[in-house]
Amino acid sequence: MQEFFSTLQDNFISTFITEDRWTQLLSGLGITLLITFFAVIIGIILGCLIAIVRSTYETNVKTKKKLRFSDYVIKVLNAICKVYLTIIRGTPVVVQLMIMYFIIFANSRDSILAAILSFGINSGAYVAEIIRSGIMSIDKGQFEASRSLGFNYKDTMIHIILPQAFKNVLPALGNEFIVLLKETSVAGYVAVQDLTYVGNLIRSRTYEAFFPLITIAAVYLVLVMILTFFLGKLERRLRNSDH
Amino acid sequence: MTTNDVLIKVEGLEKSFDGVEVLKGIDAEIHKGDVIVIIGASGSGKSTFLRCLNLLEEPTGGRILFEGTDITDPDVDINLHRQKMGMVFQQFNLFPHKTVLQNLTLGPIKLLKQSKEEANKNAMELLERVGLADRADAYPNQLSGGQKQRIAIVRALAMNPDVLLFDEPTSALDPEMVGEVLDVMKSLAKEGMTMAVVTHEMGFAREVGTKVVFIDEGVIAEENTPEEFFNNPQNPRLQEFLSKVL
Repeated sequence: MQEFFSTLQDNFISTFITEDRWTQLLSGLGITLLITFFAVIIGIILGCLIAIVRSTYETNVKTKKKLRFSDYVIKVLNAICKVYLTIIRGTPVVVQLMIMYFIIFANSRDSILAAILSFGINSGAYVAEIIRSGIMSIDKGQFEASRSLGFNYKDTMIHIILPQAFKNVLPALGNEFIVLLKETSVAGYVAVQDLTYVGNLIRSRTYEAFFPLITIAAVYLVLVMILTFFLGKLERRLRNSDH
Repeated sequence: MTTNDVLIKVEGLEKSFDGVEVLKGIDAEIHKGDVIVIIGASGSGKSTFLRCLNLLEEPTGGRILFEGTDITDPDVDINLHRQKMGMVFQQFNLFPHKTVLQNLTLGPIKLLKQSKEEANKNAMELLERVGLADRADAYPNQLSGGQKQRIAIVRALAMNPDVLLFDEPTSALDPEMVGEVLDVMKSLAKEGMTMAVVTHEMGFAREVGTKVVFIDEGVIAEENTPEEFFNNPQNPRLQEFLSKVL
């Protein structure tokens, strides 16, 4: 029994204390958070833009008979978005990550930037469809009421449709960001020293798997729980108009 | 009250949905101060006609002149003209994520460039008028149907429109709430507001309307003053319709 505990203690020390390995884990955590944070931002921006292009095309351009120049622009953008969605959703994120790093970033080899862009561009495709479903879920009457007041399409989107759509899709968006956070664990494929990569590195140095792997699992779990907590709070705040 | 100023002139209005002709050439004039009541069986095209007036439905033929401008012309900025044409919907269509006050002030602040104080003051006066000033900070989902529709009417009024379009404003209401909405509409009519109303409320048509229009199968089958319209209908379809609803 005592032997068991002393092995445990040795393993703990070799995982965390020796060579200050806990600082490596900490910096791995920092990189994971950094990639997730900027990827989420890219994902939201890309996703919103694509969702707006796609639903503008669906509701505004598709049914029109007389097309103007701006309608043709939307038409072309819509086609580009469709290609983007097909490719991004049709290939594994690890493959996209490697293409980004080994082909597109072949000369710079900035692995963290490559990871941020890959995960952001990947997430944007999913966010786009989530937000588009939110826009489609809003009653047509909301759109008509806004237009009848004299708001143009853009202002109707900004003031009336998107705030309601966002509220409706918040749970699905939260889910997407949880997935994204955990997905960044494959960043080690392109030598990003994120949390998972560092944990695995320590495992291979110490020949001891228990502490490093359970630790990184626990850290992801705690991160997701924190994220869930704040999303829940935001959801409750946005729901104050539904009594 | 009726003057000769033509506010809306409709010429040969046609509308079809995927090849199905709903409106088959409608000519109409709405003068300043008119209260035009539009009735007809369901599917007759009366709502479509009303929704064409502010181009919520794009006509497939004919012209609509609003204050002298052909608003069916694609080069006309319809948003500017819509500011002058308020609309009230069957389903109210209040903005659920905004308070009652915000529902009223959104248009005036963003479109008419009123200051927030000015817009709030006007909105409170309008709310006062329909007896809902105490609900200014409520959200639409906290209101009854009748209250929602009264808010919807003052939301349209807040834009200071030249004409109000009502698309079956009482059809989604519980019977005991119909009166409160009609009362607001009656008082507006009394003040000389120009209105076009699609409704099944024959009492309202008789009492408030300056002209009643019967739309049947996409054309205006009969139009007349309320007295003549109800007491001496000419069109056999109208006679049949009135015998069913009166």
